[in-house]
Amino acid sequence: MDVLNFVIVGHVDHGKSTLIGRLLYDTESLPPDKIEEISKASDGLGRDTEFAYLLDHLEEERKQGITIDTTQVFFKTDKRRYVIIDAPGHVEFVKNMITGASQAEAAVLIVDVEEGAREQTRRHSYMLALLGLHQVIVVLNKMDLVGFSEDRFNVVKKEVSDWLASINVAVDVYIPISAIKGENITKKSDKMPWYSGTTFLDSLDTLKNKIPPENKSLLFPIQDVYKVGDKRINVGRVEAGAITTGAQVKILPTGQTTKVKSIEKFLEDTQEAIASECIGITTEDSVFLDRGNIICVPGSEPHLTDRVKANIFWMSKRPFTKDQKLTLRCATQETTCKIDKIARKINSSTLELIGEDADDICNLEVAEVIIKTKKPVAIKDFNDVQEMGRFVLVRDENTCAGGIITTEN
Amino acid sequence: MSSTLSHLDKLENQSIFIIREAYSQFRDVAILWSIGKDSTCLLWLVRKAFFGQIPFPALHIDTGYKFKEIYEFRDKYAKEWNLELLVARNEEAIAAGMGPDKSKFNCCNELKTVALKQAIAKHGFKALYLGIRRDEHGIRAKERVFSPRDEDFEWDYKNQPPELWDQYKTKAAEEEHIRVHPLLGWREIDVWQYVQKENIPVTSLYFAKNGKRFRSIGCETCCGPIDSDADTIDKIVDELKTTRISERSGRAQDKESDYMMQKLRSLGYM
Repeated sequence: MDVLNFVIVGHVDHGKSTLIGRLLYDTESLPPDKIEEISKASDGLGRDTEFAYLLDHLEEERKQGITIDTTQVFFKTDKRRYVIIDAPGHVEFVKNMITGASQAEAAVLIVDVEEGAREQTRRHSYMLALLGLHQVIVVLNKMDLVGFSEDRFNVVKKEVSDWLASINVAVDVYIPISAIKGENITKKSDKMPWYSGTTFLDSLDTLKNKIPPENKSLLFPIQDVYKVGDKRINVGRVEAGAITTGAQVKILPTGQTTKVKSIEKFLEDTQEAIASECIGITTEDSVFLDRGNIICVPGSEPHLTDRVKANIFWMSKRPFTKDQKLTLRCATQETTCKIDKIARKINSSTLELIGEDADDICNLEVAEVIIKTKKPVAIKDFNDVQEMGRFVLVRDENTCAGGIITTEN
Repeated sequence: MSSTLSHLDKLENQSIFIIREAYSQFRDVAILWSIGKDSTCLLWLVRKAFFGQIPFPALHIDTGYKFKEIYEFRDKYAKEWNLELLVARNEEAIAAGMGPDKSKFNCCNELKTVALKQAIAKHGFKALYLGIRRDEHGIRAKERVFSPRDEDFEWDYKNQPPELWDQYKTKAAEEEHIRVHPLLGWREIDVWQYVQKENIPVTSLYFAKNGKRFRSIGCETCCGPIDSDADTIDKIVDELKTTRISERSGRAQDKESDYMMQKLRSLGYM
């Protein structure tokens, strides 16, 4: 049975955790002792049974009624299994939302129909677009608070769809729901006869799985080298394409060529490996491979450069200033780097231009930059092969930014 | 061409990737082996990742209250898989008579967390592999794949590092060690289906005898069996497909109070 990972994003208090709790409850995915646990904990805090507590497990989350960190839960329908990634909606925890979203294949954007789109509605959806997550369902929640009004639904739907169009996200599915009352979640609501679309659950079943880039040219970044018996086994994960024994391959950055002698898996005899498989290889010639080398096919090589043009999103409260040294990590490649030029930077919620040819980048800003790396790196355009078209920037052992490679030079 | 990897293949590959990432960064590592199904499954994956020759020790935290089947299984497979087995016990607390009758919280903390601290200090491990999973407990669901602990072993759950695209945390000087969680995305049933597919040995405590079996195993004193007739792996898999009882329903530390697990974990509990 297939498994699909999706993330739920949106502004704080618009009902993400409640929606998930309701979904789990209505699909009978919850053990009775978990239901008892949340009703006891809700009682303890003097509240009605709070579905959000199924995900908000930290004491601070329950007492303050907010989600601090991303979490993942599982449920299944007749069609397939799901991993739901809950992301915090508070501006303070955007890095946790990005952590959650980076692991998803699709997204659900939840908007409080009474409040309309807010700061995190816009920021989260913009981040989804930046992360390449284009498969989005929009749910307009709390319909019970607006008397299940079709007019109000249409007003907010237009507001949200105008915004999404401005960031090039095409969404077909807008669903009026009430997570707390269970309207249009797993069964069609009789309170909104004007709505002819599918329920939330049925819409989920229409989402498509992300397929690893098997039909692209081979990219096999070396993770490590193990000496096993008298063999030197170069291990890693095939990020794109496929690798077969006997294939002629090229090693970047050295440019040497050799042939694949064997593909190694413990106690398995295998001649081929495809994208997302973890394997080891041995080579015909005694070439010296190391972590960060990229194995590819001669003639279909990724771009090798020390100048990377990218959009980066800054996730650290300590701003970046141009004197700071950073480490760039792309697949298993790692090199020190500096940001040569901050061409422009924008506010990730309003998309307002904050500066051109700037000197710093602050928390939550998105910047178009040119990075100069100390060692050359093999890269792809993000729209071609995501796995080699994205990177993180690390400062003092902490990931402070994520980056999307826009063009190859 | 479409993906030919099954769900279990995908999980296996992702776990092996994580195991190799951690080893490439740390080298001074150990796998925490409680002898339960999850850490035994993890050990199996580690054997695969390193082609049968695990280049680091397997660490068993022994509270002295474990089932005899656990000790037998440990010694048998430590030998068969050629493991470098380390056993860590908080001898001082055991000699002083620490037990769950004193306080469950203190007992878990002293005999597990403190014993682990002592072992890390003694061997200088910079990272530990643990077989915890998100679906076991709401607190574990909040974990990162690479999760730093500070010098007091504390887990700063309110300020966890971002984790994007399989780029994991590197260790900073002020961080005592990193917990590495290769099975975080597995569910209980995935573990059993993998045990079934790979024919991984597990302790007999999981199989029903006289209508009872253990679904989650800790100390003999603090875990109870569930009603079950599942006496084979196939039957366990079938049971899990239909059950609505949660996995750790027999584990005392999950029930003591609402936030006991959070408090234990923030102090360094697994």
